[in-house]
Parts: sequence; structure tokens; C-alpha cells
Amino acid sequence: MSVQSPTLGRCGRVYIVFRREFRSYFATPLAAVFLVIFLFLAGLFTFNIGSLYERGQADLRPFFQFVPWLFLLILPAISMRLWAEERRTGTIELLVTLPFALSDLVLGKFFAAWAFAVVAILLTIPFWFTLAWLGDPDHGALCTGYLATILLAGFMLSIGALISAWTKNQVIAFVLSVAVSFIILLLGYPAALDVVRAFAPSGVIESLASTSALTHFDALMRGVVDLRDVLYFVLGMAVFLWLNTAVIDWKKSD
Amino acid sequence: MAKVTVHTSSTASEELLIATGLEKRFGTTYAVRGIDLRVRAGEVLGFLGPNGAGKSTSMRMITGYLEPTAGAISLCGINLLTHPIEAKRTFGYLPEGAPAYPEMTVEEFLAFVAAARGYVGKEARDRVESVIDRVHLQGMRRKSFETLSKGYKRRTGLAQALMHDPRILILDEPTDGLDPNQKHEVRALITELGRDRAVVLSTHILEEVEAVCTRAIVINQGSVVFDGTPSEMESKAPAHVTKHRMDHVFRMMTTGEGITSNARGGKSGMGGKR
Repeated sequence: MSVQSPTLGRCGRVYIVFRREFRSYFATPLAAVFLVIFLFLAGLFTFNIGSLYERGQADLRPFFQFVPWLFLLILPAISMRLWAEERRTGTIELLVTLPFALSDLVLGKFFAAWAFAVVAILLTIPFWFTLAWLGDPDHGALCTGYLATILLAGFMLSIGALISAWTKNQVIAFVLSVAVSFIILLLGYPAALDVVRAFAPSGVIESLASTSALTHFDALMRGVVDLRDVLYFVLGMAVFLWLNTAVIDWKKSD
Repeated sequence: MAKVTVHTSSTASEELLIATGLEKRFGTTYAVRGIDLRVRAGEVLGFLGPNGAGKSTSMRMITGYLEPTAGAISLCGINLLTHPIEAKRTFGYLPEGAPAYPEMTVEEFLAFVAAARGYVGKEARDRVESVIDRVHLQGMRRKSFETLSKGYKRRTGLAQALMHDPRILILDEPTDGLDPNQKHEVRALITELGRDRAVVLSTHILEEVEAVCTRAIVINQGSVVFDGTPSEMESKAPAHVTKHRMDHVFRMMTTGEGITSNARGGKSGMGGKR
């Protein structure tokens, strides 16, 4: 009889949770369907609706402008099952009683969801090649655009993961994640802010806009890497993941 | 982090699981109030009680799923509350309903548990093979968990709990939903495992207690109302009861019925040892 199983370090534990979760996306045809829909919509909006060719500019602005709204509907579909499913099937009890810390589980699952989103984002790299072939794009700006897209995906997924931890029902997790993400994006959308501007002082508008992911996303997308914008996303994710751990701990007993 | 010492050698009488003053409160209601458990290597402890008595809650505290409101838990000498990860390496646990990931195959699921237990490469594969053999899952290894029958699901859960050949086994209703043959098989396995390990199992089936347990604890409304051997428990039944004597005692202890025809609420007379 063995006395004790081997010791795993923090990274090892997070990696094992990550690997199981990441593979689970590909266990069903869902992943393929998801990727196809994402690429189709991204292509449609970039080339047709965003009229990439007609604009005569070698940049991916239409893609980057559209991607937050595409994420709004598509990322909650990735994050909704993270915890809701685990709680519904009871496997959460197994996970928690294996030699993992709660934060290992939260990080492993979050990174798996994020990695899947990054796969989807990287599949749009041919758009970049198209630009490079047709014209002479600003590669630096494209790099920051992709960095912004990846950060925004992580940010929105961390919100979705937190909401998924709250409920056993995936559909509720999806709907709530869409709603919350929508509000967070809308706070940085000029047309929405104009409505508020009618009766609120400009200081309020400024601070509302600065809490929105969209404001920081736009700043990065323009090709200016301001550390504050990057920090906004990184700190946001850290806060939501910390809350995620707290919610899992709190909700275990139901 | 503080160094954790692990007892590497032991005698059969070593206390592997010690829980003292275990309490769990949800809001203002107590699910468990003041339970003490000491389980030695070589003991198979049957954890009995009506639904809602606090069995699962107690097991969930001992395994570190739920944090107790009060009390201390030590597993193989490691304090679960201060060193949860180290303590969780000492036991195998079959949660209620034997949950597993529906879309994973038996083999994939067990490989995941082996990895979570820190095994890699050949050792991980060997361990998966050995637990598959041990609970006779050979024919089901490539089937996805959701397609398995109840019996095979339960076996997969057992296989998972045995992965690291733990010294402590905690099994929440291990034979629930099994047919009589499967029950017999699982009981034989538990008896065999219990020879040099500390086993805690919860059950509703009293004949199971007689068949596999060396000791029984009955809890009711969150407190221990009996702690002793199955034969001591049986001997509490009045002489005129000849059939299902254990069931009779269980009812006496948990509802206060049947002590004498008119002495409902005479619980104090049979309050057991504690």
C-alpha cells in the first residue's frame, strides 16, 4: 500500500485541471461548430459588412471594431459550462476533494476557456496575411489589435466563469453573462454615452467610460500600448477570478 | 509552508482518521452537531442514519469538501484544515452518486484522476490498469461514462478512489443502485480493502453493516446516537423481535418508535454510548 501519492506543485496542479478542461471542448463537435461560426461571422463582418476591400486601407479596423460584439454572444457559450456543469453533475465534489486548491481549479478552468478563445482568435490570422499581400499594413498596430482582442476575450471569459459559478443552469449562466458583458461594453460605446450625457456631468461620463472594457480595448486597438489599458484587463481578470474562488467556496454547500 | 510529517509505517491499530467536535451549521440550522469519529487501520466503519441526518455532510467535511463550522479533522496525522492538499492525498473518496465527467471514457477519466494524484508516464498507466482490474471494468474502459449502467458507474467511482492505494477510504453509499450480485462483489472488495485500511462507508442497508462493518455509528439529527459493533447494535433489540432486528434498533434510535408499544420518546433509554 502506498503511503502517499506524489506531490504536485502549483503549476502542475493548474496544468492538470487545464488539460482536462481544454480537451473537453474538443470531446464533442461543439468546438468545431463554434470555431466555424466564429470564423464565418468574423469574415463576414470584416470583408463584406466592414467592406475591407472598398475602404482601400490596409488595416483590420472593421474586424477589431466588430469583435467585441461578436464576443458578447460567443464567449458566454464557452464560459457557461465551466462551473454550472460541474455543479450539476456533482463532479465538483470530486475535484475539490482531489489534492487541488480551489484556486488551482479556478485558474485551470479559466486558462482552458481562454486558450480555446485564443485558438479561435488566432484562426483569423489569415486576415492579416490578406492585408500584407494586398497592401502594406502597420504590423505594430495589428499586433496590439490582436493583443487587445486576446485580453478582451480573457476579461469577458472571467466574467462568464464567475457567473457560471453562481448557477447550476447553463442557460441562465449564458443569458446573465451576455447581459453583464453587454452593460460593460455599452458603458464605453459613444452612442450609449450620449444618452447619459444629456443629464449627467462630464465627470460622470468620463468615469463611466473608463470602467468599460470597450474604452480600453479601443485605446489598445489604435496601436498605442498604454500600460494602464493592459493593467485594466489584467486586474479585471484577477478580481473576477478571485471572486470566482470565493463564490465556489460559498456555493459548495447547496 | 510547514513541513508535514507522514507516518510511513504503522500498526493495524493506528488511528488514521480522527475527527473531533465536528459541527456544521447552514444559516441557523445545524446539519451536524458535535460528532466525534476515530477510525483505526483494519476497521470498517458503517455510518448509518436516516436521510438528512448529516451523513453526507459529515463525509463532506472529513474529505475537505465542506469546511466545518467547528471541530478538528486529522487524516494519517495531517491536519486537514491547515494542510488541505497534503491531507487530501491520504484518502480516496467516493462521493454520493459516484459522479464523473459524462463525456469522458472510463479510461480517460481514470487517467485524469491518476494525473491529479501526481502520477505520470508508465506509473500512471500501470495504476489505471490496476484499478480497472481490481473493480472489473475491463470491458467498459472505452465507453463514455454517461452510457454506463449504474453498477459500472459506481465501480468507476470506486476505481477512482483506489487510484493511489490510499490508507483511508471514504465511501458514500458505495452499493446504492447495485443489483444483488454487484452488491456482493463490492462488499467483498470492501472487506478485503478494510483489512489494513481505515474504511468509512455510509449506507441505508443494515444487512450491509452486518456483512462488512466492524463497527457502526448511527447518527440522528446531526448527533451520534450509537457507536459500537454491529452485534452490540443488534442486541439492543427487544427479545420478542426475531426478524430484522437491526432495522428495529435503527427505528428505535432514529424515531423513538417500537421500544415498547406506548413509550414513544423514550430515547433516553437507548441513547447509546454517547
